[in-house]
Amino acid sequence: MSEGWVSAISDFFIAYPLLLALVKSVLLAVALLIYVAYVILADRKIWAAVQLRRGPNVVGPWGLLQSFADFIKFALKEPVIPDVANKGVFLFAPFIMATLSIAAWAVIPVADGWAVGDINVGILYIFALSSLGVYGVIMGGWASNSKYPFLSALRSAAQMVSYEVSIGFVIITVLLCAGSLNLTDIVAAQDTSYGMAGWYWLRLFPMFVIFFVSALAETNRPPFDLVEAESELVAGFMIEYSATPYVLFMLAEYVAIVTMCALLTILFFGGWLPPISIAPFTYVPGVIWFTLKVSFFFFFFAMVKAFVPRYRYDQLMRLGWKVFLPISLAMVVIVAAVLQFWPAGPAGS
Amino acid sequence: MQAVFFYLFATSMIASAGVVIFARNPVHSVLFLILAFCNGAGLFLLAGAEFLAMILIVVYVGAVAVLFLFVVMMLDVDFAQLKQGFIKYLPIGVAVGVVVLAELGMVAIGWSSAPSAPDAVANPIIPQMSNTAALGQILYTKYVIFFQASALVLLTAMIGAIVLTLHHKPSVKRQKIAEQNARTRENVIEIKKVPFRTGV
Repeated sequence: MSEGWVSAISDFFIAYPLLLALVKSVLLAVALLIYVAYVILADRKIWAAVQLRRGPNVVGPWGLLQSFADFIKFALKEPVIPDVANKGVFLFAPFIMATLSIAAWAVIPVADGWAVGDINVGILYIFALSSLGVYGVIMGGWASNSKYPFLSALRSAAQMVSYEVSIGFVIITVLLCAGSLNLTDIVAAQDTSYGMAGWYWLRLFPMFVIFFVSALAETNRPPFDLVEAESELVAGFMIEYSATPYVLFMLAEYVAIVTMCALLTILFFGGWLPPISIAPFTYVPGVIWFTLKVSFFFFFFAMVKAFVPRYRYDQLMRLGWKVFLPISLAMVVIVAAVLQFWPAGPAGS
Repeated sequence: MQAVFFYLFATSMIASAGVVIFARNPVHSVLFLILAFCNGAGLFLLAGAEFLAMILIVVYVGAVAVLFLFVVMMLDVDFAQLKQGFIKYLPIGVAVGVVVLAELGMVAIGWSSAPSAPDAVANPIIPQMSNTAALGQILYTKYVIFFQASALVLLTAMIGAIVLTLHHKPSVKRQKIAEQNARTRENVIEIKKVPFRTGV
């Protein structure tokens, strides 16, 4: 009885592939947004724990519903639009940010074959979207027509563009090893008999560290949160934003962070693969491993926020251009050379 | 389905290109230029050139247009003054426009593709290869000299831009990172025992 029911549904979706894509996208978006709600709570809880505070603990048991309460509060408030703001651009900027950051998830494989769009330039697509993210910041800062947001937007844009360069080179080294731009293939290339030790974090360890630090800078997380350095710029490019437009910016920021954690997982930590490919671990579904790994990286993001002091702007630029860029460029050459002259070596699969 | 998206991308590309010219605010012009680029990337995708589409977005939208936007935002442009010479310069502008249009027309009329082209499109050399790999294959084998030469041209342009804009003012105090890292506690901190009620 139930067999017929399942096959009827699958027949229906085979007949209407667009509808299937829509259903998949909606499911993924809902799962992602709920995950992000708890990531925001986890961020605050971890931060609080490091500082010996309790963190949000009033709404729901252990504060579990805090993010939803915050969301309702923001959604019900009146959006204030400054009189001299460039209104169209001002309201468009948060939409761009939120849309782009969620759109990146269209190609991320959360388990074997579980990607909405398994396109063969997946990693370039994500890279393109994250390079577009800078427009939300610039447009928001400029359209506010106020000095602090504008200065902050300029800073942030320069920062994001600088760190994108080293992220690009790190991605290239991974691509050289995996031999594909498809995210599913990149994960599959890490599926060796060595389990965890076969993933790229060990073989490309310097790149893994550079990617992690650049991801912090790219998402404007502490210690690189110069965009919202309170002592200098009040609250960053979104000072003039309130209510729903603000919540879209915040959502975009956290979705971008989760995307970066997912990229770390896929490029360096074997995506949905179990850490040891033997019996009890292989029973656990891939999506659980993926979520665990993403949460693991997010924990590091939160810890860095809690205990690393903020960088000065010139130090940030120096780190990006004079430290990370030469190292990652040299690594591209080294990895390519190793692959060329020693194909069976550690970089090959 | 493809035709619908083609017309969607094509019309919005032309419309946004129009807005680039006619917008009063230069920042809006740049933003519509970016929209035009994105539509161009969409057209590439429809043509099956997904690598080019993504590179168009990464390079032009993600880097070049950001610089445009920076410059335009920072410029203190007086719009009224910009519009003043409009009538005076109109004939020159129209002349340039007519020349460019004529050139385009000549190209369009005399357009011919190589006799082998339709055959090559229908049967690519390596059918099972993704277009990223195919592009790499041809760029790094058949056209490797041209590829390297264009890279050299870009490198020269980059070095030129840096040389033109780099000024070392001796009056500006700079941080010397090596010097800062070389400082030790012994060199910079002096601890003095201060006797009670006498001062240093």
